[in-house]
Amino acid sequence: MAKVEGKTSERAAPLGQRAVLLALVLLAAAATIAFMTLGARGRWDLVLAFRGPKLGALILVGLAIAVSTVLFQTVTENRILTPAIMGFDSLYVLIQSAIVFLIGTQGFAAIDPRFMFAAQAAVMVAFSALLYAGLFATGRRNLHLLVLAGVVMGGFFRSLSTFIQRVIDPNEFSFLQNRFFASFNSIDTDLLAVGAVAVIAASAVALRMARVLDVLALGRERAICLGVDHRRAVSRILVLVAVLVSVSTALTGPVTFFGLLVANLAHVVTGSSRHRVLLPAASLLAIVFLVGGQTIVERVFAFETNLRVIVDFVGGIVFLAMLLRGKT
Amino acid sequence: MIEARNLTKRYRDEVVVNDVSLRLPAGGITAIIGPNGAGKSTFLSMIGRLLPMSAGSATVDGLDVTRTASDVLARRIAVLRQDNHLSSRLTVRDLVTFGRYPHSKGRPTAADLAHVERAIGYMNLERQADRFLDELSGGQRQRAFVAMVLCQDTDYVLLDEPLNNLDMPHAVAMMRQLRRAADELGKTIVLVLHDVNFASCYADHIVAMREGAVAFQGSPEQVIRPEVMEAIYGIAMEVQIIGGRRIAIYYA
Ligand SMILES: Nc1ncnc2c1ncn2[C@@H]1O[C@H](COP(=O)(O)OP(=O)(O)O)[C@@H](O)[C@H]1O
Ligand SMILES: [Mg+2]
Repeated sequence: MAKVEGKTSERAAPLGQRAVLLALVLLAAAATIAFMTLGARGRWDLVLAFRGPKLGALILVGLAIAVSTVLFQTVTENRILTPAIMGFDSLYVLIQSAIVFLIGTQGFAAIDPRFMFAAQAAVMVAFSALLYAGLFATGRRNLHLLVLAGVVMGGFFRSLSTFIQRVIDPNEFSFLQNRFFASFNSIDTDLLAVGAVAVIAASAVALRMARVLDVLALGRERAICLGVDHRRAVSRILVLVAVLVSVSTALTGPVTFFGLLVANLAHVVTGSSRHRVLLPAASLLAIVFLVGGQTIVERVFAFETNLRVIVDFVGGIVFLAMLLRGKT
Repeated sequence: MIEARNLTKRYRDEVVVNDVSLRLPAGGITAIIGPNGAGKSTFLSMIGRLLPMSAGSATVDGLDVTRTASDVLARRIAVLRQDNHLSSRLTVRDLVTFGRYPHSKGRPTAADLAHVERAIGYMNLERQADRFLDELSGGQRQRAFVAMVLCQDTDYVLLDEPLNNLDMPHAVAMMRQLRRAADELGKTIVLVLHDVNFASCYADHIVAMREGAVAFQGSPEQVIRPEVMEAIYGIAMEVQIIGGRRIAIYYA
């Protein structure tokens, strides 16, 4: 009864996926070693004290962006939208600008940065809940409408931040600018410890939910049919996303298209839809790009180029290409 | 038993399913027929808890579908939707293995994998088992989704237009397979069919919907009649008895 329909092909074997992950681990290790040792002169403890926190921050930011983007794309069932494109990062900037506006830099500096971070993360979580209720729970799934909504929201948050930054006094403005336009060249290391705890915890929870994420990727209806409490699972994951975006934005400021780049590359290089593979692959790719890229920027271009501009440029091209191809 | 009580779905002012009360006994095949837009998919989705109802309730084996935990229901009822869009890139075997999720929670045992192979065999997909879904024809993909639903191995199976995209031999093979599942394994199968003759030949019970309501229901003898067909579909059909089966002729 079965007709000749081509021979079955062996592909995407778990062995191949493990090889890809191993290669990425080696690349990440190589980038890390290069970052720490290239051009290092003088005493090792000084080099370590100077470069160590920076390396830690780059790794944390890479992890946070990669994991948050993969999670977001899975629960929203698309490959184009990312938390950054939907305006999550810009909201974080807005929250911080508003706080400086309300209590001033002195007030800001007087508050424990960890407490401040926790408060901002809480606002972010609330925002993600609103976003979910407004955009994803209604059953409306017009991708272009969502892109538009994201662009509009991001633009709105940004202009509101700019407005606030105009009306505050110049000292406070430069304080904010240092925080958010600092890029990867000078990273705010105050929050490194608390950020590390948050990112590692959120990533661990995400990895534990890998099997549920695999089912969620099949789409809302199929996930429900397979017994997943969709609303609860998605809310939980959006909380993780909000926490991760808060950390990455607090550490380096917003990076719009980088998440898109690593999440899609992870799909391509692993050929897998399993989150046990995708989450580590996207994270390792992000670390390779950030740590390797920063090494190149510092050692080859002698800080003359901003890595953030480069990764956003490349990611932006990927975004446009995907949008034009109409791929979801 | 599946029971719908005053089941209603409204979109703004439009009533899509209007106060439907219906009991479908356990066991056997029930076919839902009716023209496009009659509310068949909406009705099935509400019973399968994929769509919230505007009013009324639905129970499966006495369990209220909106109040029972989703994972409990997933071991009793499986649903195939009409639209089979998928954004992940999966092989047929990967997809079918997801059908075991309610039982294995993503860690399939040897017994689960045996179910997977059996379901792939039911749908004649052995040769395509390792192919990616986006490399299959529409009919092969449709069979893969049905295999996933059968792999869930639930007592109740709801299928929205399972014969979509299938050629004649595969359509017949699928209906035979479903008939066997009902007869030999005691499954309760509710499916939406477009071809009334498949309903006539394979169903024990036919529910005919029109404009959001149940217009007629009964055995094939009671429903596959010229006057009923005309009332439901609005076109004249001749019904002839061929080889002991009632066949509606509507091609010309
Ligand atoms: N999300 C929706 N919003 C508004 N109307 C809808 C929606 N979904 C379905 N409908 C309408 O409900 C009616 C019944 O749809 P459906 O149950 O899919 O019909 P059937 O499966 O019988 O062809 C159609 O008229 C359709 O336009
Ligand atoms: Mg339909």
